[in-house]
Amino acid sequence: MARIFAVLGSLRGDRLLVEAPEKGITRHRFPARRDERFDAPGEGIKFHIRDLSLFYGKRKVLENITIDIPERRITAVIGPSGCGKSSFLRCLNRMNDLVEGCRVEGEVLLDGEEIYGRDGDVTSLRRRVGMVFQKPNPFPKTVYENVAFGPRVLGIKDRGVLDGIVENSLRRAALWEEVKDKLREPALALSGGQQQRLCIARVLAVEPEVILLDEPCSALDPVATQRIEDLLAELKEKYTIVIVTHNMQQAARVSDYTAFFLIEKQGDPGRLVEFGETGALFTAPADERTERYITGRFG
Amino acid sequence: MYVIRREWLVKRVLLVTAMVVVLGLALVVYFMVKESIPAFKQAGPANLFSSEWAPGEGRYGMLIFLVGTLATTAGGLILGTPLALGLALFLTQVAPRRSRALFSRGVETLAGIPSIVLGWLGFTILVPWIRELSGSSGSGILAASIVLAVMVIPTITAISRDALEAVPSTYAQASLAMGATRWQTIRRVQLPAAKHGILAAIILGMGRAIGETMAVAMVIGPASVFPTSLTSPTHTLTTKILMEMGESTGVQRSSLFAMGLVLLMLAMALIALMRRVSGGRSATPEVVE
Ligand SMILES: Nc1ncnc2c1ncn2[C@@H]1O[C@H](COP(=O)(O)OP(=O)(O)O)[C@@H](O)[C@H]1O
Ligand SMILES: [Mg+2]
Repeated sequence: MARIFAVLGSLRGDRLLVEAPEKGITRHRFPARRDERFDAPGEGIKFHIRDLSLFYGKRKVLENITIDIPERRITAVIGPSGCGKSSFLRCLNRMNDLVEGCRVEGEVLLDGEEIYGRDGDVTSLRRRVGMVFQKPNPFPKTVYENVAFGPRVLGIKDRGVLDGIVENSLRRAALWEEVKDKLREPALALSGGQQQRLCIARVLAVEPEVILLDEPCSALDPVATQRIEDLLAELKEKYTIVIVTHNMQQAARVSDYTAFFLIEKQGDPGRLVEFGETGALFTAPADERTERYITGRFG
Repeated sequence: MYVIRREWLVKRVLLVTAMVVVLGLALVVYFMVKESIPAFKQAGPANLFSSEWAPGEGRYGMLIFLVGTLATTAGGLILGTPLALGLALFLTQVAPRRSRALFSRGVETLAGIPSIVLGWLGFTILVPWIRELSGSSGSGILAASIVLAVMVIPTITAISRDALEAVPSTYAQASLAMGATRWQTIRRVQLPAAKHGILAAIILGMGRAIGETMAVAMVIGPASVFPTSLTSPTHTLTTKILMEMGESTGVQRSSLFAMGLVLLMLAMALIALMRRVSGGRSATPEVVE
């Protein structure tokens, strides 16, 4: 804990972006005309998200989310249950496409390119933007086949190549030592924490650029949680990570930047209240609602 | 007091019911065995399982009919299973959510068509059609297989559909989130996860096809000879029993019981097989925490 506060303290200061949605910006599903400001993505920004709104049928669950996700950093998304954190995450790899009646407005640029564009290729997007779910969901296959799944889908058949990818991915997910003698055993026989790291290894096997994690530790015990958090710290050297968590300590521990989402009153859509560098957001929140939430007087 | 009494009574009634069922089954087996014994004693197993059926000359071979049963069943499954699986996939993956119930009801209705109706359609439409196309008599294993396929499709579809629906959606989500296409997800994740249920569905369909009599009898020929082609008349165990039952006595009658016994054993073997297949790993293993 002491270490964390030391780190938080040292990081105080530079607020990244708290931008109120500007009036007069036209929103459309496929941007015919893109605002010039966003044409050249800033240095080290992976996702430029502008005025993102999300509807399930007639119901608006996210409104005017404008946020820049920094590259090779961990961005945490926090907020009370139901404020649209998971929905937001699913916008980034278009998993919401699977929800009937779901509609997205605004812009989501990945490396400057609109992912909801007309010629957007969902499968290649999802390879670049991998996802780890709340409950560990390995396939009912062996440990090996779980990790080899993605490469096989990509058409890799060569045994040696697959072996290499499997070992490499498991190593990067800090799971190799524990499962190297169990590669042919069913993945569902692993512990919950191991299953979750296996799911991370499975995502790493397709060489993504971004990893989205939706409350990846909520089904795990503290020791398993710790291991995942350590792993994330290592992974951010190579990957852009966005993690949804309802656990503020976890957000404070693992993330570089934090976004706070909130539904103000029943029936409202979720909105981004504050986004900034994690140390600053937790020690000196700019918005009073953020302060109330992180001090536990809210939601 | 009263409640306890009633409880006791209910238990007794259930016990008696269960015993009646078991006893009934035992009686069936006992009776079939007992009535088959003269055939086994007087004609002998070698005669019974030979390929010559000529009761006048003391030949009671059932091989032709056994082959007929196996061939028509296999044919029905080969034609019916791919269609049924395709239908199950359509119902669970492709059909718009709102119309799924409608399609499912359609499949269940198909299951309710009396077999005599299918046999009649086979006899009046299918057989003449095959006759025209092939220049043969038209009846035979092909016609029987097609009729059986229509009969097993609803069974296999309904049970495969349930097995596919039981596959947790989190598997498909994981696969799609990795950039797998819909079809890759079906082929590499959902079908393997549902394979025990699908196998059970096929075995159940097989059971239905093996025992079917009327519909097959109307399109199989009939003739007590080995078929020379898929479109030449022959017989199955069931159709042979049906044709002979009225006018046979003595050893010939007993040999029909022996055929019935073989059929019964085939059916029991299938049930045992299904137990093993579906009793293995279930389609939805619990996540071990
Ligand atoms: N597939 C869906 N269809 C319809 N409504 C949904 C769906 N998923 C989530 N919602 C609704 O959207 C809102 C935001 O949900 P979610 O993104 O899961 O929030 P969080 O992850 O912050 O708890 C909730 O009110 C939820 O009921
Ligand atoms: Mg959620």
